[in-house]
Amino acid sequence: MIQTTDISKSYNGIQVLKIDELHIPKGQSFGLVGNNGAGKTTYFSLLLDLINPTTGSITSNDIVVSNSEDWKPFTSAFIDETFLIGYLTPEEYFYFIGDLRGQNKADVDALTSQFEDFFNGEILGKKKYLRDLSKGNQKKAGIVAALIGNPEVIILDEPFANLDPTTQIRLKQILKDLAEKQGVTVLVSSHDLLHVTDVCERIVVLEKGEVVKDLETNPTTLRELEAHFAKSAISSSEEEE
Amino acid sequence: MIKHFLNLEWKQYFRSPYWQKNLALNILLVFFALYLMAFFVLGGVGLYYGLDELLPNQDKLAIVSKYMFYWILGDLLFRFFMQKLPVMSVKPLLTLPVKRSTVVNFVLGKSAFSFFNFLPLFLAIPFAITLSAYGYPDTTAILMWVFIVIIITFSSNFLNFIIEAYSAELSVPLLPFLIVAAGLYGLNYFEIISFTDIIGNGVIAITQNPIFILIPLLVLGLLYMVNYKLLLQKLYLDASLKTKVKDVNASDLSWTKRFGDIAPFMQLDLRLIWRNKRTKSTAFLMVIGLLYGLFFYPQPMYREMEFMWAFIGIFSTGFFLINFGQFIPAWDSGYYKMLMSQNIKYEQYLRSKFILMVMSVVVMFVLGIPYVYFGWKILIAHFAAAIYNIGVNSHVIMWGGSFNRKKIDLDKKAAFNYQGTGAVQWLIGIPLMLVPMILFGILNWLLGFEVAIATLITLGIIGIVLHKKLMKFITEKYLNSKYKMIAAFSKDA
Repeated sequence: MIQTTDISKSYNGIQVLKIDELHIPKGQSFGLVGNNGAGKTTYFSLLLDLINPTTGSITSNDIVVSNSEDWKPFTSAFIDETFLIGYLTPEEYFYFIGDLRGQNKADVDALTSQFEDFFNGEILGKKKYLRDLSKGNQKKAGIVAALIGNPEVIILDEPFANLDPTTQIRLKQILKDLAEKQGVTVLVSSHDLLHVTDVCERIVVLEKGEVVKDLETNPTTLRELEAHFAKSAISSSEEEE
Repeated sequence: MIKHFLNLEWKQYFRSPYWQKNLALNILLVFFALYLMAFFVLGGVGLYYGLDELLPNQDKLAIVSKYMFYWILGDLLFRFFMQKLPVMSVKPLLTLPVKRSTVVNFVLGKSAFSFFNFLPLFLAIPFAITLSAYGYPDTTAILMWVFIVIIITFSSNFLNFIIEAYSAELSVPLLPFLIVAAGLYGLNYFEIISFTDIIGNGVIAITQNPIFILIPLLVLGLLYMVNYKLLLQKLYLDASLKTKVKDVNASDLSWTKRFGDIAPFMQLDLRLIWRNKRTKSTAFLMVIGLLYGLFFYPQPMYREMEFMWAFIGIFSTGFFLINFGQFIPAWDSGYYKMLMSQNIKYEQYLRSKFILMVMSVVVMFVLGIPYVYFGWKILIAHFAAAIYNIGVNSHVIMWGGSFNRKKIDLDKKAAFNYQGTGAVQWLIGIPLMLVPMILFGILNWLLGFEVAIATLITLGIIGIVLHKKLMKFITEKYLNSKYKMIAAFSKDA
């Protein structure tokens, strides 16, 4: 579904991302982990054609994302709260996204009504603008907006951050269902190793812009990841001494 | 502690991307300030000569003191619209070992250094110097008088913040203040209570008995204390630092459906305009644009200048077009990334803004029809200007938007807000009005009124006919600068 070839991104000669080859098949739930500055958001931004690659290309469904816009109808994303339009209410925002993705009001209502539990009564019908919602509620609205219009690829950057524990558990279930039952390719990044290992079939570890691990999730994955990140914590504290 | 605060202020000012990017604009503002200062100094000296001419043998200090009531009232009005309490980002300080009183005193002290407080001195001191140079007998009186001016200036400064604090909680903050000001003026005008006499006599009394200076000083101290108390209450997260949550004003926008595929963008644009401070004030400013002609046409001198018709026509019918258009697409800068990752047709996005601008031109022209009172030729000139706005200016300004690299924070007010303004906006804004004016002026002078009108209309119609092609060209420009815009809009302004 998504094929990354020889991609790299540099700013002023400093390389922030370099991936030689990465293939994400259709219907896979794919997790990206790495410390701050590892290149997770850069990779997602390249996937969404928000920044221009220095070399290489990414194809989504055989469409080169930086050449054509035909990947947009089947791709949706929530990267950060700048994806929200602050002066709209959540409903207006959903309808707006729905309009852009060819869904009428009834379609959008049908979809959002499935998420009443997830919203916990704090999003719909509250007569509040998105800019006045709490960070967690903004995130919920953004994530659900990314599900509008039956996308085949969903990209979520740090979806678990700022959410309360109950919502985190609900979100995990939603993401699993999307990949397993509906064949949606789900890409998430997270700092929470437990959550990604729960949700994702495959986990890629980025470090300084490069892929250092590519794991098929199994019962020992969490321990392996923890060991990996603990190792770099120990080695860096040794360096300091 | 004050040293730290000053250090923070300094860094905040000079490290803001706004300062660094807008050096030219800042220089312009400095020149404007110097101009005002020079104007006031000359005014102060001129005031002496003026009074000498009109009322040669009277006590000039007494005359000026008599009219100080109007100055105080005018000063307060002016400050109310222009001056805001200086802001300091206090949130990070609240948990640090800094006394709340230090923060409050600093903010209030900072406000004392406002440009507004120095302007009156630029008038009062030259006046006082001229007065004593021409041998005014009582030097202490002059000194006391200057001292009073200083005290009154600072009192107005602090009184203004108190008025602002209370009126901010009202739904129509302007109205009560204006009513009170007009009431005071009226009471004085009809001599029910003569404030001019009270204040004039008071000032004279102080200049003669310096001990009375304690009274205005006491008032100043009291005003400072009230401000201090007000601010101290606000230094809690749940009071004023927390952003206010406003209830939604939802309106039915389903009528936009008739515009077909651009309807979602039209709805978005209308909500954008209506629900954000900056855009809302832009919309309100349309009234000024509409009434702009009234500054000129009532005077026969300007009514004769035919080239002014084109200028006023362009300005009043295109006021919204220019003010709204020059910040396309920066209005959407906050969520530009999202728009770019959505399945949108850029052309639809732009066309929605285009139609909005065209509608505004039509509405402004229709509302401006009463200008026919000043002559039917003026109406025809306005009509030609409106067509020119629709056909030419609308496209030019959207094309200019593709060079836009400045983010806009929608929640800030519009007057004296230069955020998002760059050299491009100035470069594009001027020809929008000047080109048609010069064109009209020259043709009118050489070939006559009819030819000049016909030329503007023809140019406009050519633009309308070529609309599709022009839009395609403009859309491509926007697409080409996509990455640059995204990068620029993600930076904080």
